Amino acid sequence: MTLKIVDKPAKPAPVAAKPEAHAAGHGAHVRNPGFPLDLDWVERVRMNRSALERRAATLPARRSVKKEWQIAWLLKAITLMDLTTLNSDDTPGRVERLCAKARHPLTQDIIDGLGIGDLTIRPAAVCVYHSFVSTAVKAVAGTGINVAAVSTAFPHGLAPLSTRLGEIEASVKDGANEIDIVIERGMVLRGDWQALYDEVRAMREACGDAHIKTILGTGELATQTNVAKASLVCMLAGADFIKTSTGKEKVNANLVTSLTMVRMIRWFHEETGIEIGYKPAGGIASAKLALDYMALMKEELGTHWLEPHLFRFGASSLLTDIERQLEHGLTGHYAADYRMPMV
Amino acid sequence: MNKIAEIFASLEYGPAPEASDMAMAWLDAHGRKFGHFINGAFTPPGKTFATTNPANGQELAQVTDGTPADVDAAVKAARAAFPAWSALKGFERAKYLYAIARLIQKHARLFAVLETLDNGKPIRESRDVDIPLVARHFYHHAGWAQHLAREFPGHVPYGVCGQVIPWNFPLLMLAWKIAPALAAGNTVVLKPAEFTSLTALLFAEICEKAKLPKGVVNIVTGGGATGAAIVNHPDIDKIAFTGSTEVGKIIRAATAGTGKGLSLELGGKSPYIVFDDADLDSAIEGLVDAIWFNQGQVCCAGSRLLVQESIEERFIAKLKARMATLRVGDPLDKAVDIGALVAPVQVARIRDLIAKGVAEGAEIYEPDGQLPANGCFLKPALVTNVSPANSLVSEEIFGPVLVAMSFRTPEEAVALANNTRYGLAATLWTENVNLALDIAPKLKAGVVWINGTNQFDAAVGFGGYKESGFGREGGKEGMYAYLKPEWEKALKPASEVLGAAAPHSEPLMVSLSNHEARGANPLDGAETIPLGVDQTAKLYIGGKQARPDSGYARPVHGPSGALVGEVGDGNRKDIRNAVEAARAASGWGNTSAHNRAQILYFLAENLGYRAREFAERIAAQTGSDGTAEVDAAIERLFAFAGWADKFDGAVHNPPSRAIAAAMVEPLGVIGILAPPSRPLLGSVALIAPAIAMGNTVVLVPSEKSPLSVTDLYQVFETSDLPSGVVNVVTGPTKALAKTLAEHDGVDAVWCAADAEISAMVEKASVGNLKQTWTSRGLYYDLADSELFAGDYFLRRATQVKNVWIPYGA
Repeated sequence: MTLKIVDKPAKPAPVAAKPEAHAAGHGAHVRNPGFPLDLDWVERVRMNRSALERRAATLPARRSVKKEWQIAWLLKAITLMDLTTLNSDDTPGRVERLCAKARHPLTQDIIDGLGIGDLTIRPAAVCVYHSFVSTAVKAVAGTGINVAAVSTAFPHGLAPLSTRLGEIEASVKDGANEIDIVIERGMVLRGDWQALYDEVRAMREACGDAHIKTILGTGELATQTNVAKASLVCMLAGADFIKTSTGKEKVNANLVTSLTMVRMIRWFHEETGIEIGYKPAGGIASAKLALDYMALMKEELGTHWLEPHLFRFGASSLLTDIERQLEHGLTGHYAADYRMPMV
Repeated sequence: MNKIAEIFASLEYGPAPEASDMAMAWLDAHGRKFGHFINGAFTPPGKTFATTNPANGQELAQVTDGTPADVDAAVKAARAAFPAWSALKGFERAKYLYAIARLIQKHARLFAVLETLDNGKPIRESRDVDIPLVARHFYHHAGWAQHLAREFPGHVPYGVCGQVIPWNFPLLMLAWKIAPALAAGNTVVLKPAEFTSLTALLFAEICEKAKLPKGVVNIVTGGGATGAAIVNHPDIDKIAFTGSTEVGKIIRAATAGTGKGLSLELGGKSPYIVFDDADLDSAIEGLVDAIWFNQGQVCCAGSRLLVQESIEERFIAKLKARMATLRVGDPLDKAVDIGALVAPVQVARIRDLIAKGVAEGAEIYEPDGQLPANGCFLKPALVTNVSPANSLVSEEIFGPVLVAMSFRTPEEAVALANNTRYGLAATLWTENVNLALDIAPKLKAGVVWINGTNQFDAAVGFGGYKESGFGREGGKEGMYAYLKPEWEKALKPASEVLGAAAPHSEPLMVSLSNHEARGANPLDGAETIPLGVDQTAKLYIGGKQARPDSGYARPVHGPSGALVGEVGDGNRKDIRNAVEAARAASGWGNTSAHNRAQILYFLAENLGYRAREFAERIAAQTGSDGTAEVDAAIERLFAFAGWADKFDGAVHNPPSRAIAAAMVEPLGVIGILAPPSRPLLGSVALIAPAIAMGNTVVLVPSEKSPLSVTDLYQVFETSDLPSGVVNVVTGPTKALAKTLAEHDGVDAVWCAADAEISAMVEKASVGNLKQTWTSRGLYYDLADSELFAGDYFLRRATQVKNVWIPYGA
């Protein structure tokens, strides 16, 4: 397959919470420049749902981390988190509380007890509606935590394109350095790949240096083949991340859909050499489930992909469950959520 | 940096051990020394041998080496328990099987850990695959126990079953053997494999807890000699064996002529076909389940990868990348993919085989990484640069070694897939339903998995084609392996039944002995043929009348000793030619069932036109009025014409989003030795079910009265029966039976002959493990349409192939 790069590669922009990890883990990371839409490639995509389900069902049973390994993996999970509040009743106060938690995700007791004072354990980003970008930017200033905005008429994505592009520009202007856009699911269902490509391409341009995560709304795409094709078209159009869900669909992230998407990321990497990030979102509330996702990434894409510039959890309540598990690991007692500082 | 910080950076998995203390406590409770389980109680240990953990070489316990006296005691217990057990109401037996299933579930983890300790398989597999399938097998068969009378009318259990099982799935193979045997009302003597006796002994305790009547299940431990004592025990009615093809053939030979029932589930070299339109990543993952499940020690392992040339390079690259992430190590670690092989001898055998393959030009790829220092571990291996001539391609390796070859077209894929002595399983990957359902029936294997692999379920029959054995385990088809028609138990010797009532059974013998006495003048009596236009009965091969290779003719005498005609004296070369013709006509199996029915009806119609002539010919040969026999032959042809499009398969519903289509397929070429009596019906009663189901036939008619069949080929010719579907070779039954039974191109032999010839046929069938039906000198009244115009021969003319078809958009 020969692919021409549409633009010259943009200057790699740091997206990770921890610049030092960034340097160690992906010093040579090249941002996806985007490629021409290759409909032949799209048509070659094959996804077998039953086989994907079998793999997804057995994977958590094949991999298990215990004791210190479990603790270290859970700490890592925190750094892979987009700590999120996306509710209609959000207020600046609510967002400030979220950001406060992001700055101090763990109590000092846990940090001292585990002896991990040298590690910087913070979520990779906070994720909010456009209206709260400036609030968040102020609240996390100086921490290295990124601010992600869900722009483009989240969660349905059905406002006029000009409106959606304007929203992206406004979010970037307010200081968001990551933009989570939603695609129009109808384009996928109609197989209108050109339209999807053009829109995502336009959004990518509107993002400028801010990284773009494309939310597919997988729960509304009907088949794994559709999910895979939509993933590919978004990557060709220049997505930095592909993301499962808004959290508002009936079916959110799951391991089956994740398998489909990470395999498309792998294929894209094989063909282009470009590494695309993956973000499952919605319904990932337990520490155990987070570990399953991490095992999936490690197995299918390699340990290399378990860095914040290539993997994120979209999560809100996950952090509390991880804290409980860490405290249990430390004390041997089961912990209660009300004793953890709330998100 | 502290340990957590180190792991935070490396994100290694770390150890995740499953505790073994409960299993060890169970072994300790038995003093780490076991006797047999006979007649509901453990015997004191006898002479023992060690059973060890192959992951570290440590001894787990001492197990008794069963003696012939031990086997005899177990058989006696099983025999004593049989009358009451088989007479129990189905519901009562169902409750026992249900209780066993429940108890296995309750103690599932103990079983899983013990299995992993004794066998070396990863705990994930024993915990998530083996033991749940065991419980499911007993649940499923509780249902068959209850519905036995309704679903298998006229069938009865064999009696005492001797069962010998392998070490690769110790408890699961036990379940596959014991559950259907007990459901059908048999009692059993089971010998677990020498390497892996422990879960069978734990199972014995479960039987105690379930209050199973004494003697219904007997477990005798030991090695090959103990197995032989079971196989050769005169009071065992049926032998069921799972293991190597080599031992299977020994058992086939040992049971020949004994009348014991036999089912064999043997080796394999199963193809794994990947077409270019497959979901390649899923096909790679399927391959992990195919060849690295249980360290590749799986009889149905997908060990021969056949990948379409257009995707070969990409697929092999993906495969190598995937192999690098397989984790080999302590089988009790929950995050290990490949555990220990069962014993050092297996590791050595596989290493030798690999070395041999390399010497023949094979290239081996193994991923980087270290194996544990001790224990029976091997890395996963991929073998390339091989063709079917390499011994790694033809021989069953029974280890984590995959051989890869490419193909260009679907037709070539099928040819390569079937280019093996074995026929246990096959896998194919394509997203094209048309291609999948075109290829699946063409693969000569008892199980075909589409877009998946190594899927098992108690409701879906499992078992092989060709040298992978015969009989099925699981589902309705599996229950037949433990049941026989009640009337078969009452059969009497043919000599006794026919006796004086059938004078025609003797004359040929008389005339032959006359020949011998007088120096056997081959032309003797030629002048007594009634004058008219000479009739020369020939052989009928490939749709053509053929002169016998020998150039000799055999006389046919009537009941009074008068010569009524001559037929060709067929020999082994004629059989060879007939088998060639029958194989070439295998397309008959692919013609529509409706078409086969029409031809059978047309045969009946054309036989009807000539009924009088056929009746006269029967009378001339046998002295009895042939009218009734011709009428019966016409009726029988009609019966199987009617069956041709009705004896078909089933759709099973395994507990996953898949259907399993149980397809009824012909065996291939059936060699038929017709009974001496009933010159027309004796042949028609056997060829009709055979060809109705799509088999082709080499028929040896009644030795003494063959003219009815040489007349019949003219009816074949006028009835549109395609060339080669039925081939007729006249001649001496015994010699021709031997050639047929030894011919590797013949898939089954049906032999209605005396006990001596029957035993010879069974013994000679071991070459390619052809399926046999023999009358063993007993009188099968083939005129009885109640017994023989239905499923009795239909089931023997067919084998069930289960095609697993998962679905989901």
